[in-house]
Amino acid sequence: MEPQRKRLNRRGLLGAAGGVAALGAAGAGAAALAGGPDGPAPEAAPATTVPFHGAHQAGITGDAPSRTVLLSLDLGEEVDADRFAAVMRLLTDDAARLTQGEAALADADPELAAEPALLTVTFGFGLGLLERLGLPAPPGAGPLPAFSVDRLEEAWSGGDLLVQVCGEGDLAVSHAIRMLVKDSRSFATVRWAQRGFRQRPAGGGTPRNVLGQVDGTSNPDPSTGDGGEAVWLGEDAGPLAGGTVMVVRRMRTDLDEWDKLDAVGKDRVIGRRVSDGAPLTGEREDDPVDLEAREDSGLPVIPAGAHVRRAIDAGTTILRRSYNYDDGPGPAGESDTGLVFVSYQADIGQFIAIQERLAESDLLNDYAVPIGSAVFVLPPGCDEDGWIGQGLFD
Amino acid sequence: MRKTRHTPTLPARTAAALLGLGLLAACGTEPDADEAAETAEATAAESVVITDAWVKTTEEDMTALFGVLENASGTEAHLVSAESDLGTVELHEVVEAGGAMVMQEVPDGFLVPAEGEHELTPGGDHIMLMGLAAPVVAGDEVAVTLRFEDGSELAVTAVAKDFEGGDEEYRPGGTDGM
Repeated sequence: MEPQRKRLNRRGLLGAAGGVAALGAAGAGAAALAGGPDGPAPEAAPATTVPFHGAHQAGITGDAPSRTVLLSLDLGEEVDADRFAAVMRLLTDDAARLTQGEAALADADPELAAEPALLTVTFGFGLGLLERLGLPAPPGAGPLPAFSVDRLEEAWSGGDLLVQVCGEGDLAVSHAIRMLVKDSRSFATVRWAQRGFRQRPAGGGTPRNVLGQVDGTSNPDPSTGDGGEAVWLGEDAGPLAGGTVMVVRRMRTDLDEWDKLDAVGKDRVIGRRVSDGAPLTGEREDDPVDLEAREDSGLPVIPAGAHVRRAIDAGTTILRRSYNYDDGPGPAGESDTGLVFVSYQADIGQFIAIQERLAESDLLNDYAVPIGSAVFVLPPGCDEDGWIGQGLFD
Repeated sequence: MRKTRHTPTLPARTAAALLGLGLLAACGTEPDADEAAETAEATAAESVVITDAWVKTTEEDMTALFGVLENASGTEAHLVSAESDLGTVELHEVVEAGGAMVMQEVPDGFLVPAEGEHELTPGGDHIMLMGLAAPVVAGDEVAVTLRFEDGSELAVTAVAKDFEGGDEEYRPGGTDGM
């Protein structure tokens, strides 16, 4: 009896350990749990880092890791520009250390910083904060108009200071959030926190969202001239050049309604095939979308109200980096899922142009409803001697 | 686990302090004297830096400064006092007295070993600021001047951080095997 019990205990332990390691790996947690203790040993979380310092803040371009926490803070009335500068020095130092696998100063749990697993920390300033502190907003920044589809809830909207933490390691992300909150709660309150996940296909490529759609196709590449212009604030933004304007929209999805559609119906809502993300006029995900193509009947192949048609018609582009959320199910088994839609653009007008078209008519509106909305100005990156937002104060 | 450096015992401090650089230099042969003279030119303040310096925020009239004193020179550096415009400053250690951990002023300063470091940490050696006129809030930069035995002075700036843990409240036996 005794030896067998011991062996079982050890097996159980090994299985648990494997599960923990898998949670740190790229979105593989669910697979490992499904595999159970007898599944193949997953690889440990990669102890890799994303550089914190640079021309642009980290966490905007490049492959988005599997986890995000977006934290929106409201600063106390007593916080003036000088105090805010001190705060940003402090938070920048935390971020610079934690993302590189070093404990923050006064880190009560320094061991949790050891494996950053592609941790990034990105800061953004609300328009109201900039105005209140007398700091210049870039010409491309501005508030969003009310869209007809909006069902916005105050609890998911607005905020003075955005802290975006992304990474592959749940524990590293959690620790970073804990540290940054501890260092900001003496002058700020938490307005909202949104947790998001995404899962890149094992073979790479564009991930799917909770509706099953391949989501994020034909994003601009900010490392190119045109792509960069679409995303980064230009010289006219002065000290904010190299920054960007971020839109966060919480979109609640109605999965029960979505479930009622058959595969063809879903394809027609988006204008792309759910199966592989290819436009209805093409064979591959990266094939161009042919909005002119018509069926023999004369009807457009991509329906007039298809999401992709409405978005393309706006004639502009934004860098999307969205996550999914799942806060359900409720007691009756109802889902509480959706998208933490995130886009970065040089000018809020780019987002508005697209969203106005979508609000006007988009078959997807029946299945995804905006319940939260916020705009932040993300300053450029900084070097090792600097801090995020410093240019605004010089 | 927080890395805590034990404060050297009093005899060790005293012994180290007695190994004065000037004494050795005076006794050296010709080449040694040159070497010693070269070393002597670099003051303790020029050889020592403090990294990761921070102070604990407080609404009371006292707080503490932490960090790592790093000595790049081949000569031990002896920190004997510190001062700040914010209030009085003392060099403190935490010792066990009657089963409780209490902090008290160190009798003979801190020694930063040659090419070594001396850690100032909550629950261990620290630089105590007292009689503060105003609260210290997160993000404040607190300036303190450290004075070494050779008379040289090092200006340090420490950022203020909220911190709940460590320092005075210590569980007896909390360091064994945890």
